[in-house]
Amino acid sequence: MNYSKNNFEKQGRRNFLKYLLTGGVVGFTGAVLYPLIAYLKPPKQADVEVSTVSGGLLSELEKDSGKIVRFGNKPVILVRTINDELRAFEATCTHLDCTVQYKKEMGVIWCACHNGKYDLAGRNIAGPPPRPLQPFRVVLKGDEILISKQS
Amino acid sequence: MKNFWNNLYGWFDERLELKELVNFMEKKYVPVHRHSIWYYFGGVSLFLFIIQVATGILLLFYYKGTEDLAFESIQFIMSKVEFGWLIRSIHTWSANLFILAIFIHMFSVLFEKAYRKPREVTWITGVLMFFLALGFGFSGYLLPWNELAFFATKVGSDIVGAVPLIGEPLKIFMRGGEDVTGATLSRLFGFHVALFPAIFSSLLIIHLLLVQRQGMSQPMEFEGKKKHELKKMPFFPNFFLRDLILWLLVLNVLAILAVFFPSELGQKADPFAPAPEGIKPEWYFLFMFQTLKYFPAHIWFIEGEVVGVLLFGAAGILWLLVPFWDKRSSRGERNKLINYIGLFAVMFIIVLTILGWLS
Repeated sequence: MNYSKNNFEKQGRRNFLKYLLTGGVVGFTGAVLYPLIAYLKPPKQADVEVSTVSGGLLSELEKDSGKIVRFGNKPVILVRTINDELRAFEATCTHLDCTVQYKKEMGVIWCACHNGKYDLAGRNIAGPPPRPLQPFRVVLKGDEILISKQS
Repeated sequence: MKNFWNNLYGWFDERLELKELVNFMEKKYVPVHRHSIWYYFGGVSLFLFIIQVATGILLLFYYKGTEDLAFESIQFIMSKVEFGWLIRSIHTWSANLFILAIFIHMFSVLFEKAYRKPREVTWITGVLMFFLALGFGFSGYLLPWNELAFFATKVGSDIVGAVPLIGEPLKIFMRGGEDVTGATLSRLFGFHVALFPAIFSSLLIIHLLLVQRQGMSQPMEFEGKKKHELKKMPFFPNFFLRDLILWLLVLNVLAILAVFFPSELGQKADPFAPAPEGIKPEWYFLFMFQTLKYFPAHIWFIEGEVVGVLLFGAAGILWLLVPFWDKRSSRGERNKLINYIGLFAVMFIIVLTILGWLS
């Protein structure tokens, strides 16, 4: 009687130590791993908040041509069409992240990486791009072209 | 002089009992048969890895892994450092031959079913090293920080991002942020020169120890044959010397390639320039890249790319686990299915690589 009680007590002590140790090991591992994983996650860089950027002078942009304009830390493509219209879109191809360009011969916005094509309204018309390019607003202030986000 | 070496050997023997090791090496044999030639490609891969480590360390003495200095430091290596062009060209060529040698080694092991019991772990460590070799290629490709590398890394990491659930966090982890920037360069540089070599070396040690412990795999038709019917040659010195001659040959090929086709550098990466024409990944990614091109933008309601990436992922896992689903070879039965799968894989890779090359 006395013996089994003693045994029972021992079992209890053993379990207590087991939980304490396991808990300790788990806690310790967590304490080591958490900072490591958190360290590996790149910190959120504050996006350069821009609402409007200058696309240069209209007189310097020929008809039927395009160029890349820096919009915060994203590239934007500005196109002056053959009919003298100004269009601007996000220049990042919706397919795999390459930067698009204006292709004069075809009259389209073209991605050199996988031959994706967008018309001058930014719609994906050929090749692999799954979505249209996001449009930007373009206004003229005198001779200066201003590009801004569409609200 | 001879006395000196004997004494030195004696000194170590007294402490480490080298006799056992010498006995072991004396008893190491290589089976001789009509497919023996494939045994050499493991050794060639090892040799090329050693070259990569050596030239990689040399490049580290001058390379600077930051956005502002990476391109310029390679320009410096190529034009100012004596034989810098040679070291870098050997590093790039050796990388390519390394992957080629691993491909050959891996497929010969597959066709010979050398992965069958008891060599499952050797196969797994080997396939993991193959994946790592691709990782070495991908991360190393960005380090010159040129236009092609910049967009190739954008595309490559964007494809990773297509994987459901883990893709996006993985992409951000790889890029060190939302976009490919200097942070990506730092990260891939760290992978390339520290993380990957550490993992690769550990796997390599296990791989080589297993080969020593279990001996060379024999063709299946050897099983059941009497001992005296089996031809073999001692590893030391017969096979080892053959190995060395082949290594010497490979080194010469490397030198010739590096001299006549030195590595190019191209234009410095500019995140605000359109992607250049003719952007292609390295040849060993070309077959996957080309396959993805044939997927339509949408399959049902899923993006085509996602389907493609998932299929390649599944194929990779099946490849890694070949010894576990090919039970027949382990039982010593012939399994032609593996030959067909292997043949299909080889044809698929060759045809799509050529198509990718031409497009």
